Amino acid sequence: MSRFAYLAVLAFVVVGSSWLEIALRTRVYARWRRLAVALGPVVAIFCAWDLYAIAAGHWTFDPARTTGVLLPGGLPLDEVLFFVVVPIAGVLTLEAVRSVKRWEVGDEPEGSCVDGVRASDEDAA
Amino acid sequence: MTYTQLAVLGVVVVVLLDLVVVRTRLLRRRVFWAAYAIIVFFQLVTNAILTGLRIVRYDGAAIVGSSTPAAAPPPFLGDGRIAYAPFEDLLFGFALVVLTLVLWVWLGRRGLQRTPYAGPPRARVPGAETERRP
Repeated sequence: MSRFAYLAVLAFVVVGSSWLEIALRTRVYARWRRLAVALGPVVAIFCAWDLYAIAAGHWTFDPARTTGVLLPGGLPLDEVLFFVVVPIAGVLTLEAVRSVKRWEVGDEPEGSCVDGVRASDEDAA
Repeated sequence: MTYTQLAVLGVVVVVLLDLVVVRTRLLRRRVFWAAYAIIVFFQLVTNAILTGLRIVRYDGAAIVGSSTPAAAPPPFLGDGRIAYAPFEDLLFGFALVVLTLVLWVWLGRRGLQRTPYAGPPRARVPGAETERRP
């Protein structure tokens, strides 16, 4: 059981954030191609950081509480999944706030409408 | 480099990326800070579990605080730690989230699945751009 302790934390993050997709219509999973392209560099950069930190001895993982599946460089699979799950939760949170507050995020097209106000008008206000 | 140095560097890089390089300017929007307030709370909770249970252990040479003890949890607060985790983890988490959100917004701005927007269908004003499916 405790081998899955790290995975249980990740499951908590997934469960704690995914309901936003339905409850607040965040449409993050619906835009999975955009999500996948955004995650690519994030996973690559943070896995590289992690590999450096492991090699330099900055941190270690408890083999009894991780799956034990190690990628080259001693990077636990659990850790790679962290760099997928946590960023998705972050995007879900941003889109959930947008869904509720209708605040501008920065990807609106010119002249588009944010809560009855054009994005460009809101900038001017 | 130490974890402390790398974490500060990570924050500087993502701030420059947002404000200067791709100019998504998320850090100047209230939508980001409202989202980050929620995110950082859950980061503290998950980091507290991962570090308090010593699933992840830190070397004192790499952080401001001391090494994770071999047989006991690290301090909850103090010795460079916040909710069991080295404060550097907050910087690491900030860099992780800002990088992700900058890329997400930047891709949308470039037209990759800009829509469907979050939330209920939006009213349109005359003359506003009509969204097309890619």
